[in-house]
Amino acid sequence: MIRFSHVYKSYPNGALALKDVTFRVSKGEFVFLTGHSGAGKSTIMKLLFAEQRPTAGEVRVSGYIVNSLKADDVPKLRRRLGVVFQDFRLLEDRTAGENIAFALEVTGARSDTIAARVTRVLTQVGLSAKSRAHPRELSGGEQQRVAIARALVNDPAILVADEPTGNLDERATRGVFQLLRDINAGGTVVVMATHDLDLVRQTSYRTIELREGSVVYDSAVDEADTVGAQ
Amino acid sequence: MRLLTREALLSFRRAPLLSTLSVTTIAFSLFTIGLFGLVAINLREALRGLEERVEIVAFVLRGTPAETITLASQDIATFPEVQDVNFVTEQQALARARAELVEFKDAYRDLQVNPLPASIEVRMKQGQRDAATVDRVAERLRGFGFVDDVRYGREWVQRLDQLRNVTGLVGLVIGLAFAAVAVVIIGVTIRLTILQRAREISIMRLVGATNWFVRGPFLLEGAIKGFFGGLLSLLLCYAGYLLFHDNGGGPFGGLIFFGPQQMLMILVFGVLLGLGGSLVSVGRHLRHV
Repeated sequence: MIRFSHVYKSYPNGALALKDVTFRVSKGEFVFLTGHSGAGKSTIMKLLFAEQRPTAGEVRVSGYIVNSLKADDVPKLRRRLGVVFQDFRLLEDRTAGENIAFALEVTGARSDTIAARVTRVLTQVGLSAKSRAHPRELSGGEQQRVAIARALVNDPAILVADEPTGNLDERATRGVFQLLRDINAGGTVVVMATHDLDLVRQTSYRTIELREGSVVYDSAVDEADTVGAQ
Repeated sequence: MRLLTREALLSFRRAPLLSTLSVTTIAFSLFTIGLFGLVAINLREALRGLEERVEIVAFVLRGTPAETITLASQDIATFPEVQDVNFVTEQQALARARAELVEFKDAYRDLQVNPLPASIEVRMKQGQRDAATVDRVAERLRGFGFVDDVRYGREWVQRLDQLRNVTGLVGLVIGLAFAAVAVVIIGVTIRLTILQRAREISIMRLVGATNWFVRGPFLLEGAIKGFFGGLLSLLLCYAGYLLFHDNGGGPFGGLIFFGPQQMLMILVFGVLLGLGGSLVSVGRHLRHV
């Protein structure tokens, strides 16, 4: 589903954000990207949804090669992904339902199917009663659930979540994390960047740790090595 | 399409102040152009009045038979540049002189012999009243054997030519300058709208909206603003026109306003300005995000 091959990313100011990053994510996986601020987590996220292009190496996402993706193909790739951010990125002047419907409208979906799908994802994230609420009327956890619902409404193969619990209290964090686990259990690949190590330790999901732009630990590889060595 | 209209109209509701500012900016830009246009069409109208007085007079040799002159007049009337031909007999010339030149009334009354020659007065068609054409026709008239002399106020026609060229050129330059300024101002106000909605645009792109989908509502919004700006500018121009026109018999009494076609042109121009400003601003924004 996702393949990074010897990826380098440098910014115009000369900063090297990623150095020789190689990993592969298969169908059905849940992967944590961890590391301190500036380690390169967000850069990997941006490469995943083609907001940025690699300087060297190759990034493949859901059959698309991000390096050579034409401007016209960027929306096509994004419709196969769901993206969730720490700051929710909801439109303040639209209700929860309208925010979710918006993601379908931009794809040209028929209006009669939009309502049904919005209701379905709102139920999935446990907010069926809040369809008409505006973001300011919702708690942080609820806003993030709306953002997740918006990410899910196009039935994406991959859900990319950049610090989705960064702005939430512990209880909301647990709820959102459980929601992401449920989504993954349904077969969607989840890539979640976080620096909340408590969350990471709670589960046995694969963890890729970054430091200064390089992968310093990948549980899938390192544990296999350890098993091999034994 | 429904979505496009909804999104475009939403932006008016969300940012009424900015939308009003954009419409007003377009209106005032077009108003300036419109005022200049009004001056230009009125000037053109005044020039046309002058032009209609462009006339070639061919004086006929004494004793030329009337049939010759009638035949020649018919011939001259078929010239492509000529609107109409009028033969003035010696008697008619004298009667006219008596009527028009009152101060010489007595002198004309005591005349034994009519000193005024008969003449053929040739009026030129509209668009054929420039110096070169008038010169050419005058030359052809001289070719008739019975024509003694041809007069048409050569210098006057040439001045009219120059005036026409200068007003045309000045009109074009000032019109273009105002249009350029209008495009820039409109671009800036629409850019403000876009910056205000940068977050929304980034979210649209994030969920997979194509660039054309993002552009659509902005273009429609620009076109609507341009239309209302155009409409407002027409009202302002009309107010300005009434202000001067109401003087009645004064020097501006004969002022004219835009015809339906010209008003439509201003509206279309407003829509195009709005569309152009939006297209440039959104395009620039999309390239940078």
